[in-house]
Amino acid sequence: MSIGILAAGLQTTIQDRGRPGYRHLGVGSAGALDPFSSMIANRLVGNADGEAVIEICLTGPTLQLARAARIALCGAQIEATADGREVPGWRRVDLEEGSVLKLGACRRGARAYLAVAGGFDLAPVLGSRSTDLRAGFGGLDGRALAAGDVLAIKAGHHRALNRFEIDRRWIDPAPDLDFNQPAVVRVLAGHDALREPQQLFAGEWQVGAASNRQGLRLQGPCLALADAGERVSEPVMPGTLQLPPDGNPILLLADAQTHGGYPRIAHAIATDLPRLAQLRPGESLRLLPCTRAMAQHLHNDQRQRLARMAIAIDQAPALNELR
Amino acid sequence: MSTGFAIEDLGENALLLRFGNTLDPDLNARVHALAGELGHDRPGWLLDIVPAFATLALCIDLEALAGESEPLEAVRRWLAARAAGEIRSPKEAPGRHHVIPVRYGGSDGPDLEAVARHAGIDTDEVIRRHTEATYRVAMLGFAAGFPYLIGMDRQLAMPRRATPRTDVTAGSVGIGGAQTGIYPRRGPGGWQIIGRTGVDLFDAARDPPALLGPGDTVSFISDTAKTEPPR
Repeated sequence: MSIGILAAGLQTTIQDRGRPGYRHLGVGSAGALDPFSSMIANRLVGNADGEAVIEICLTGPTLQLARAARIALCGAQIEATADGREVPGWRRVDLEEGSVLKLGACRRGARAYLAVAGGFDLAPVLGSRSTDLRAGFGGLDGRALAAGDVLAIKAGHHRALNRFEIDRRWIDPAPDLDFNQPAVVRVLAGHDALREPQQLFAGEWQVGAASNRQGLRLQGPCLALADAGERVSEPVMPGTLQLPPDGNPILLLADAQTHGGYPRIAHAIATDLPRLAQLRPGESLRLLPCTRAMAQHLHNDQRQRLARMAIAIDQAPALNELR
Repeated sequence: MSTGFAIEDLGENALLLRFGNTLDPDLNARVHALAGELGHDRPGWLLDIVPAFATLALCIDLEALAGESEPLEAVRRWLAARAAGEIRSPKEAPGRHHVIPVRYGGSDGPDLEAVARHAGIDTDEVIRRHTEATYRVAMLGFAAGFPYLIGMDRQLAMPRRATPRTDVTAGSVGIGGAQTGIYPRRGPGGWQIIGRTGVDLFDAARDPPALLGPGDTVSFISDTAKTEPPR
């Protein structure tokens, strides 16, 4: 079984849960920018959480299925048709052999995830199938997908019937994912204090056009540090909010470099990383202060919601048994 | 040498151990000595040990510590006990020595003459001083396998280019402030490029993927033979 890429989309990459364990060699984690949506997409098609999915950024690819396949689309609300028939998100969909799945623009949100039952048959590099765009390895040859690429699919537990069928049940991603403006992102204190700490929380921040998988460029009030002295490079993480000399913070995402010389003024909590992944250039967010205890509590809550969804998905009768 | 340290939060699933705020060879040696110790009996919840110049980050798998009511506090105590304990002399810090051949100047080192002018010496003297020193890999960062090498002759220090190059060749050896380093892969970069090596610094298919490890030592030799361009 394989999938052919007929058109690439803006930046379509293979991602899984990321590549821990190599930051000491300068290798960042990569992985799905919105791990919440990618995990649900995998669960819907019966894959393990660690299977690779296709991450779509703003404009999607056009793909052709060599065989019948079960798929799920989660994350951003994206225009999706299979041979002209609408394909809804957040549910199982079976597609026939030869189907052309055309993914258009993301209407709300910025990253959509396409999981295919069985998962992509790609060799892990340093323990992960995620594409590391900066280092040029992982995924498919370390790069975004291009027209003409062919992705092999592993045999899944489910043998898809050769018919177009949409499951009547769907997953509601709220409250973990909504597209309301401004997005609310909770942050922990960073190492470097601001001259006016309340400035971070006072107003709205706009997502700059130069944002990418490495980080969101935020535009708002110009921030100044309490201590503007020189600094040497120190480790940074996805979620770290850096302040370069121009006063416009950068919120690092999954492709964050491992070390940075800019001051670290805050850290977004893990629970809110999916929401950050869905922000489009020009959209706005507000930052709220958070404690570590609250961050842990929120993270546990999100994990429990994911576990309940997984149970609901597993216990639902298989699509083919409904008739 | 100061033995003091502080442990800070680095978000909700990482801690940062700080020996200081400066680019000090003694502090850096201490970072690598402790990183080596922590790596010896590495618990399952410890995802990454990330050395930097004067700090060391630990990335923690909180789900592997789900039984702990305050997992980060437990890790903080674990780390503090080890950082406060008897660390082997930094001179014995683990690490290998690497000798890296470099073609200096010409199209391989377009900034060699600028570095010489800035230092007030001739280009041969720059090469002599650059090859004479033994460097420590203070950390790998910026890009996969990119070594920040400390221990350079002070006179060779030169600020980064005002406008970074958009396309630095793979294997380029550069000077950025008081440090020297090697670009493992083609890409943008602001360091003053004085030469190039054919040695492959990073190959994800190799084990270990990075040629140099944090804490290793490096020296350069001038290679006048024609080198194959790195991949």
